[in-house]
Amino acid sequence: MAPPTPGRSGAMRIGALLTALCVAAALVSLIWTPHPVEGVDIPARLQPPGGAFALGTDQFGRDILSMLMIGARTSLAVALIAVGIGMAAGVPLGLLAAARRGGLVDGLVMRLNDLVFAFPSLVIAILITAVLGPSATNAILAIGIFNIPVFARVTRGAALSLWTLDYIRAARLAGKGAARISAEHILPNIAPLLIVQGTIQFSLGILAEAGLSYVGLGAQPPVPSWGRMLADAQTLIALAPHVALMPGLAIVLTVLGLNLLGDGLRDRLDPRLGGRA
Amino acid sequence: MLRFALLRLSSLVAGIFAASVIVFAVIEVIPGDPARVMLGLNASPETLAALRAELGLGGGPLARYLDWAGGLIRGDLGISYTYRVPVADLVAQRAGVSVPLAILALGLAVAIGLPAGLIAAARRGTAGDLAIMGATQIGIALPNFWFAMLLVSVFAVGAGWFPSGGFPGWDQGIAPNLRALVLPAVALALPQAAILARVLRAALLETLGQDYIRAARAKGLSRAQAILRHGLRNAMIPVLNPSGVQFSFLIAGAIIIENVFYLPGLGRLVFQAITQRDLIVVESVVMLLILAVVAVNFAVDLAYAAIDPRLRR
Repeated sequence: MAPPTPGRSGAMRIGALLTALCVAAALVSLIWTPHPVEGVDIPARLQPPGGAFALGTDQFGRDILSMLMIGARTSLAVALIAVGIGMAAGVPLGLLAAARRGGLVDGLVMRLNDLVFAFPSLVIAILITAVLGPSATNAILAIGIFNIPVFARVTRGAALSLWTLDYIRAARLAGKGAARISAEHILPNIAPLLIVQGTIQFSLGILAEAGLSYVGLGAQPPVPSWGRMLADAQTLIALAPHVALMPGLAIVLTVLGLNLLGDGLRDRLDPRLGGRA
Repeated sequence: MLRFALLRLSSLVAGIFAASVIVFAVIEVIPGDPARVMLGLNASPETLAALRAELGLGGGPLARYLDWAGGLIRGDLGISYTYRVPVADLVAQRAGVSVPLAILALGLAVAIGLPAGLIAAARRGTAGDLAIMGATQIGIALPNFWFAMLLVSVFAVGAGWFPSGGFPGWDQGIAPNLRALVLPAVALALPQAAILARVLRAALLETLGQDYIRAARAKGLSRAQAILRHGLRNAMIPVLNPSGVQFSFLIAGAIIIENVFYLPGLGRLVFQAITQRDLIVVESVVMLLILAVVAVNFAVDLAYAAIDPRLRR
C-alpha cells in the first residue's frame, strides 16, 4: 500500500482538526458558554468582535460565539441522526439486495435509488412541513429519508463484488446462510467504505440543515441554529457584517473539515484513488 | 438506441407514477383531512364543508388520486385556494423567473467548471492545479444562500452594480431582468462549478493514462490537442452522470436562492403556499419540480448512451 502523499495527509489532518473543533465546541456548550444566550441585552447589541464578546453580539445583544457553540449542537445532532437513519435502514436493504441479487428487494432498492434523485431533501422537507409544520424533527426526517437509498446503493455495490470472492464461497460451502454471511463477512469488510460515505453524508447533512433552517423549515426559535442566525442577520449585513459572517464561516469550516477528513479516509482505504479526486 | 430509449422511457413513467403516489399520499391521505390542515383549528363547519366540496374530498383516496393525476396529465392543476386562480397560470407566470434562472446558473457552472477542470488536469501537480482544487473545496463547502448574501453586500449594497433583490418582470424589457438574475445565478452556479471541475479533473486524469492518448501524442498532437480531441469526450461520461443528479440539487438550491433575492419564482410560490397552507399549490408545484428533475435525468441518460454506445445494452 503506497503511503498517502504528504500534502494530502496534511489536508486530512486539517480536516480532522476542524471537525474535532466543531464537535468540541458543541460538547462544551452543554456545560459552559462564554455568555448566556437567553434574554435580551439591548445596550450590548451589535458589538463588533473583540473585547468582552470575542465574535461580537447580534441584534439582541447575545454573544455570537455562544450562539455558534449551541448552534453547532443543532447542526451536528440533525446531521448525525440523519446519517443514523440512512445507515439503519439503508445498510440492511443494501445487504439484502446483494444477497438476493435480482430479487424483489434488489429491484426495489434500485428503483428507490432512481426515485430519490427526484426528491432532494429540501423537497421532502417541503412536503413534510406543508402537512406537519416546521421543526428540527422534520429536518432530521427529510435528510434521513434522503440518506436511505444512498447507503443502500453503496452497500449493495460493495457487497455484490464481495459475494463473488472465494472466501465467501467457502463460507457458503460451510453451510452458512445468506444472513449470517452478510453479518459476519460482508459487513465488516464494507464498514470502512460506509464510514467514508457517512462522512460525506454528514457534511451534506450539515449544509442541508443550514439551508432548511435558513428558509424556516428546520429548528425553530429559540433553539439557535446556524441557518436561522444567517436568516436573522440578512437585513443587518450592511450595518453589522460580522453577524452574517460568523455563522457562515462556521458552516464553511465545518463542512470543509468533514470533506477533507472524508477525502483523506478514502485515500487511505483505497490507495488506487490517491491524488485523483 | 431506440430500444434503449424505450426501456428508459418505461422506467421513467414508472418513476413518475411512484413519485405522484408519494406526493399525493403525503399531502392528501396522511394528514387525514386536508381541508382541516388548510383552514386551521378555528374554521367554521360551513367553511370546512365548502372547502371539502371544492377539493372533492367526498370520494375515496383512489378516486381523488385518479382525478388529480388525470388533471395533471391534461394540464389542469386545480385552483389555488389563496389566489383563486388556476395553479397552472401561477406556475406558468413563476416559471418565467425560475427557468431562466436555472438555465443561466447551469450555463455559468459549465463556463466556470469546465475550463477549471481542464486546466487542473492539464497542469496536474502544479501550483495552478493546487489553487483550483483548493478553491473547489471551498466552493463545495459554501452554503449557496450565504454566498448569495455576501454577493449582495459586495456587489449590490456596496458597489451598486446589481439590484439586491426583486424582479421587474419581462414586460419591462430584457436588460433589467437579466441584471436581477445575475447575482442569484452566480450564487447557484459556484458550488455546481466546483463539483463539475472536480469530477472533470478526476475523469480526465483517468483517461490521460490510456493508450489511445499516448497514440495520439505519438501521432504528433500536442498535449492540449490530445486532451481536447480525445480525452474530453471520454471524460464526459462520468461528468454527465453526476450532472443529472446535480440538477436536482440545482432545483433545491434555486428554491432557497429565490427566497434570498425575493425573486417571484416557483420556489417562492411554494414557500408562500406553505405559510398560507395552500396545499393545492404545494402538491402541484412539488410534482412539477419532480417531473422536471426526472425529465432532465432522462435526457442525460440518452446523452450518455449517445456518447458511449456500450451503455445502450
